[in-house]
Amino acid sequence: MLSIKNLHASIGDKEILKGINLEVKAGEIHAIMGPNGAGKSTLASIIAGNENYEVTEGEISLDGEDLSELAPEERAHKGVFLSFQYPVEIPGVSVTNFMRTAINETRKANGQEEMPANEMLKVIREKSELLEIDRKFLSRSLNEGFSGGEKKRNEIFQMAMLEPKLAILDETDSGLDIDALRIVANGVNKLKSDKNAIIVITHYQRLLDYIVPDFVHVLYNGKIVKSGDASLALELEEKGYDWIKQEQEA
Amino acid sequence: MNMELKEKLLSSFMAFEERVDVQTELHDVRTSALKNFENKGFPTKKDEAWKYTSLNAILKNDFSVFPKNETAIEFRDVKKYFLHEIDTYKLVFIDGVFSSNLSSTTHEGIDVCLMSSALNKPKYKMVIDTYFNKVASKDESLTSLNTAFANEGAYINIPKSKVADKPIEIMYFSTGSEAALLVQPRNLVIVGENSHVQIIERHQSLNENPVLTNSVTEIFAQKRAIVDYYKIQNDNHEANLIDNTFVSQQKESHVSVHTFSFGGNLTRNNLNFYHFGERLTSTLNGITIIGEKQHVDHYTLVNHATPNCESFQDYKGIFSDRSTGVFNAKVYVEKEAQKTNAFQKSNNILLGDKSTINAKPQLEIFADDVKCSHGCTVGQLDETAMFYMQARGIPKKEAKALLMYAFSNAVIENIKIPELKKRITTIIANKLGVKMGFDL
Repeated sequence: MLSIKNLHASIGDKEILKGINLEVKAGEIHAIMGPNGAGKSTLASIIAGNENYEVTEGEISLDGEDLSELAPEERAHKGVFLSFQYPVEIPGVSVTNFMRTAINETRKANGQEEMPANEMLKVIREKSELLEIDRKFLSRSLNEGFSGGEKKRNEIFQMAMLEPKLAILDETDSGLDIDALRIVANGVNKLKSDKNAIIVITHYQRLLDYIVPDFVHVLYNGKIVKSGDASLALELEEKGYDWIKQEQEA
Repeated sequence: MNMELKEKLLSSFMAFEERVDVQTELHDVRTSALKNFENKGFPTKKDEAWKYTSLNAILKNDFSVFPKNETAIEFRDVKKYFLHEIDTYKLVFIDGVFSSNLSSTTHEGIDVCLMSSALNKPKYKMVIDTYFNKVASKDESLTSLNTAFANEGAYINIPKSKVADKPIEIMYFSTGSEAALLVQPRNLVIVGENSHVQIIERHQSLNENPVLTNSVTEIFAQKRAIVDYYKIQNDNHEANLIDNTFVSQQKESHVSVHTFSFGGNLTRNNLNFYHFGERLTSTLNGITIIGEKQHVDHYTLVNHATPNCESFQDYKGIFSDRSTGVFNAKVYVEKEAQKTNAFQKSNNILLGDKSTINAKPQLEIFADDVKCSHGCTVGQLDETAMFYMQARGIPKKEAKALLMYAFSNAVIENIKIPELKKRITTIIANKLGVKMGFDL
C-alpha cells in the first residue's frame, strides 16, 4: 500500500531524512521507534504532506500513486490519516462540526454526495460508543481544554470517522496514563482490518504491548537502521537506544 | 471642506437655539461645549489621538445637520436588524427623530425613554443635573460638538435593586431622505445599586447616501450594578461612525462593553472607563472583521484610580484587502490603585498584502503592587493549525475560514444574550464563508 523509496527530506538547510526505505502492505501494522530527534515525527509529517519540509530525493506512493505533488488535503482524500502528536486546539468549532466538514470535503473531492445529517448522527453515535466517548464531549470545541488523553482519544475518534486506508499514529501514547492508553489501543485495534494499514510511531515499547506490530523499524539519525518483528521492540526496551547508537558508531 | 462643515455647524447653533430653552443651566453647558469645539475644530492627523484616522474625506460631504421630521418606516422592512426572536424594549430613532411607531418604551419600574423628554421635563431635572455631561469629556472636540447639540437619544434609568426584565435595543436608522446626514445621538444610561441591564445599540443606514454619526453615550454604574452593553457596527459602506462612550463605575460594579465592527466606511470607537470605587470590573471586548477599504479605530482608556479593581481588554481583528485597523489602548493606573489587575490583549490577522493594523498598547503605571499585562499579536493564520485541518481533508480555503472563525470565537463566548450570540456568530460565519450549525 505505502511505498517509500530512498526518501531524503530537509527543512531549510537541515537534512532530516537521509534515505528512508519502507514498504507497508494492507493489513499490516508497522512500528517506527527511535531516539528523540531521529526524524520519526518528520517522517509522519512528510507522508501527510506538510509543506514546510522539502523532499529532496526519493519517492512516496500510495497504492502505486505518487503522493509528492499532492497537497495535504488531497492525500487525506486518498485515505491518509495522521494522528498528531500535539493536536491543535480550534476554539468555537465543535468536534462534530469539524468532523462533518472533514467528511463532506472528502466526499466532495471523491465525487460523492454530502452525508445527510441523520446518517452523520448515526455514524457519530456508533463510533463514539466504540471508543467509549461521552457524547457531551463531542459538542465541545475541538481540543480546547482537553487533557492529553482526551486529545489522543479524539484523534482516534476522528480516525474512526474518516476510515482511512493508511493511518499514521504519531506518538499516540505520549502523555497517556495506562487506562487512557488501553482505551486508545482498543480503539485502534477495533479499527484495523485487512484493508487498511497502520504505522505506529512511538518512543516507548509500552504501546506495542497493546497494539502488536507485525514489523518494527528503528529510525536513527534519519535512516532506518534496523528492522525486525515485535520482539525487536522488547530487545530495544531491554537494551535502550544506546545499543543502537553504539552499533551505528562502530 | 473641514472649515465648511465647522462653519455650518457654528452658524446652525443659532437656529438650534430657537428650538430649545436657552434659560437653563443645560444651555450653558451646550454653549461652553460649542466654544470648545469652535476653538479646537475637527481633529486632524496632527492630533496624536487621530494620527491614523483621517476625517478629511468624510468632512467634504455637505451634511445636513438638522433632522427633518420623521420619515416613516415599516417594521417589516427593518425587522431583520432587531433581535426579533425575543421580547425587548426598543428605542428607535429615524434620521435622529424618535419613532414612536417602532419603539417600545416603559416607565414601569424602570425608565426606558427619550433624551428629549429627560432634558426638558421637570421631573427629570434632578437626574439630569446629577448625571448629564458629568463623565463625558469636556475637552475632546467631537464630544463637545455632540454636547453642544445634545437633544435626542436614549435615556435609560434603572433604579436600585432592579433587574431590567428585557434587553433594551437602541436603534438609529438613517433613511437617505437627506443627501448627506450628520446625526448626533446623545445617550444617558444610569444603573442603580444592585441593578442589572443589557443594552444593544446599532446604527443602520437604509440607503447609500453618506451618513456621519457622532454619538456620545454616558453610562453610570452604581455600586454592584451590572451592565452588559453590546454595540453592533454592521452598517453599509457609506456610513461613518464616531462613537464616544464614557463609563463611570462605583464599587463592585461590573460593566462590559462588546463592540462588533463589521461594517461602515470609517468607524472610530472612543471607549473610556473611569473608576470610583473598589473591587469593580471593567471588560472591553471587540471583534473587527473588515475588508475592501474599510477603517476601524479602537481608542480605549481604562483609568484605574482605586485599589483592587480589574480590567480585561480582548480585541480581535481580521483585516483583508486594503482595510486598516487601529488599536490604541491605554491603561492608566494611579498611585492609589494598588492590587490592580489590568489585562490587555489585541490579536490581529492580516490577510491582504495591503491590509494594515496600527497597534499601540500603553500601560502607565504609578502604583507598585499591580498585575498588568498587554499582549499584541499581528500575523497570519497559524500554520500548524492549517496543516492539521488540511491533514483532515479540509482544503486550504475552508481551513482558513474555520480558523478565522475560531479566532473570533473567544470574544463571542462572552455574549450573555443567547439570541444575540447566535446572531453575531451567524454574521461572522457568513462573512468568513464558514458553514456552521451542525450540532448534536
